[in-house]
Amino acid sequence: MIAEAGHYALVLALGLALIQSTVPLLGARWGDHALMNVARSTALAQLLFVAASFTALTMLHVVSDFSVANVFENSHSMKPLLYKITGVWGNHEGSMLLWVLILALFGGLVAAFGNNLPLSLRAHVLAVQGWVAAAFYLFILVTSNPFLRIASPPIEGRDLNPVLQDIGLAVHPPMLYLGYVGFSISFSFAVAALIEGRIDAAWARWVRPWTLVAWIFLTLGIAMGSYWAYYELGWGGWWFWDPVENASLMPWLAGTALLHSAVVMEKRNALKVWTILLSILTFSLSLLGTFLVRSGVLTSVHAFATDPARGVFILLILCLFIGGSLSLFAWRASSLKQGGLFAPISREGALVLNNLLITVACWTVLLGTLYPMVHEVLTGNKVSVGAPYFNLTFGPLCLGLMLAVPFGPLLAWKRGDLLGAAQRLTAAGIAALIAIAVLWAWTWGGATFAPLVIGLAVFVVAGAMTDLAERMALFRVPLGVAMARARGLPRSTWGSAFAHAGVGIALIGIVCETTWNSEYIGSMKPNDVAKVAGYQLKLDGVTQRQGPNFREMIAQFAVTLDGDELRVMTPSKRNFTTRNSSTTEAALLTRGASQLYISLGDTNADGAIAVRIYHKPLVLLIWWGPVLMAFGGLLSLSDRRLRVGAPKPAKAARALQPAE
Amino acid sequence: MRKLLASVFVVAMMAGCPAAYAVQPDEIMADPAKEARARDLSRELRCMVCQNQSIDDSDAPLARDLRLLVRERIATGESDSQVIDFLVARYGEFVLLKPRFTPHTLLLWLLPPLALIGGGLALWLYSRRRANNSGSPTDPSRRLTEEEEARLERLLAADTPDKQA
Repeated sequence: MIAEAGHYALVLALGLALIQSTVPLLGARWGDHALMNVARSTALAQLLFVAASFTALTMLHVVSDFSVANVFENSHSMKPLLYKITGVWGNHEGSMLLWVLILALFGGLVAAFGNNLPLSLRAHVLAVQGWVAAAFYLFILVTSNPFLRIASPPIEGRDLNPVLQDIGLAVHPPMLYLGYVGFSISFSFAVAALIEGRIDAAWARWVRPWTLVAWIFLTLGIAMGSYWAYYELGWGGWWFWDPVENASLMPWLAGTALLHSAVVMEKRNALKVWTILLSILTFSLSLLGTFLVRSGVLTSVHAFATDPARGVFILLILCLFIGGSLSLFAWRASSLKQGGLFAPISREGALVLNNLLITVACWTVLLGTLYPMVHEVLTGNKVSVGAPYFNLTFGPLCLGLMLAVPFGPLLAWKRGDLLGAAQRLTAAGIAALIAIAVLWAWTWGGATFAPLVIGLAVFVVAGAMTDLAERMALFRVPLGVAMARARGLPRSTWGSAFAHAGVGIALIGIVCETTWNSEYIGSMKPNDVAKVAGYQLKLDGVTQRQGPNFREMIAQFAVTLDGDELRVMTPSKRNFTTRNSSTTEAALLTRGASQLYISLGDTNADGAIAVRIYHKPLVLLIWWGPVLMAFGGLLSLSDRRLRVGAPKPAKAARALQPAE
Repeated sequence: MRKLLASVFVVAMMAGCPAAYAVQPDEIMADPAKEARARDLSRELRCMVCQNQSIDDSDAPLARDLRLLVRERIATGESDSQVIDFLVARYGEFVLLKPRFTPHTLLLWLLPPLALIGGGLALWLYSRRRANNSGSPTDPSRRLTEEEEARLERLLAADTPDKQA
């Protein structure tokens, strides 16, 4: 009964989406306010029904109703409650349902808080949302229905993939989807602007908070996924240039470019056409990511060809939306008026450079991700494109971008003074040189390139602080005055400084981890001692334990540093009986931003256990950086101008709510 | 198949290559310099039964065989490129995570720098064209519209008597 109700709610949501995608457009064409307002109520009702459908699936998982195929294949009655709930989106059908739930959520937010949007713009935006939603409801109902029943229900489920039985699954996919799907709003705004043939600075101000929200979630989602892979997969890697990761990185890169070009459009009314194009591309890359992950094309082109129903359907959606929106763009973009002029050396110029480098970086990732597939389809030969390729192409672009980042905020709008900016960055440059010198002296004879990159990262962080110091005239006016000026600075200034510093901090972590990572691989018996980076790890013993749906072998390591007992670390290996598969649960010991990392391998016949121990210096900075970036985004989101909303020519606008 | 589609990050990495534990203690070579070379080479070689994992990261039996093979060749005194050539001859280009620069991969290696140069050039030409256009008096955006001309005239006309007075 619950399954059927959930199924029915989804069908009703499809019906509502179809109404939402047509009626408001007619209303906008005829200037009929009542018809345009239909968008608002259908968007809210749609949210209600999708939420009901999602709740139904969650209930089925919680009560372990194995007469539903989706629950049978991905759940187990003994699974802890948390993983019964997160298991809802730990599979294809459920994760697509989460996708449309978040899409409906964003549509509902625009409907609920978009009161200060011009009526026709809101109608158009929600209609475009309706198209996207309708396409994906159809996809779920036709090819991936999570509510299908099994004729003769089995007594026990097949359990969720053990790797997914982790708190990471509770946080990572929802965050990632909030980012992916959040970009649908800027897409809808862009398409609406093209349909209306009208776009101005106010448009950019409406779009910016939504883009920012999506970007914040995507940043945190990617960082979270990376940390999850780091501790769960057991060999301490945190980024693999896997196509699935690239699928999330591409929208992030495009979204980052969009955030920056939207600033130019909002402040200077320039780069309009480009901003529209980026909005379309960002969501197109989100759709592409969904296609790559959901169609099975990544595993192999042949697997895709043998079971093509889902893949072909998403491919159709992909072609329809990307092709349609780009055609619309080609047709209508010329009608958009070009805005303000600027010299190449200016804030706008710096942001254009940012866009150029980020777009090319994004293009590189796209090329490396799709090349093997396209190559195999065209020639039948298989090639691999892996981490070394991306490090060689993506890396230099990022380093170039880093070098430019501190200059951007110090240049004036319209016409900037590069020499002046360079002078104001002297202190940051000196800090970077000191960092390089100290590191070279400290690691004499070691890596030569790593200290240079760390110097660059220090330059980025110090440059962000210089920007703040310049704006509050620190050291030039009395401290009290400077503090008062600091309070008076727009939040978005603080936001961009934090976000830029976050980039630098993440870079420091990346370089330190990859360059000065030390490891120990060996077989250990109880009372054996391993030495890694000055730490001594003594294997005290091994115990067995029975978990709710797994058996666990736990090893105890006593960790000492220079004779001081630090802590006992307990890495373990879990064996899940239902799927007959095992996971390694790494043990982590955090000291400052550095970590000790132990993961267990197989046990030998003589009782010795294979052990892998890493010392990863400053590894946590890799994730603190993105957290800082997201915090900067949040500060920017709370900026007064975004709260107050876009200026309206005639009537006083009602306050725009922050989009949370 | 279902397992592969299951989640966004982690599962794709795990498919086909379950528990993640790569280089085994018994594989390690006695000479640290040679072992370091073997590790570096392993990172650029693909485990062919996995999805996008190097043999250094993968726990699949094939990856272990390849790791041992790499170490065997190194032990016999072959150079890095000889080892790579041997593996490519045996398993094809697919084994390389960093594809070689061949006609097949021409576009792969050339398109990123070309995009950067092309993009930069397009921007430069565009900004020059706009700067030139806006500098010339014939540019429509530099000329006053009729409405503005009329307003200017009215203002000037209103201004003149004051000055004479």
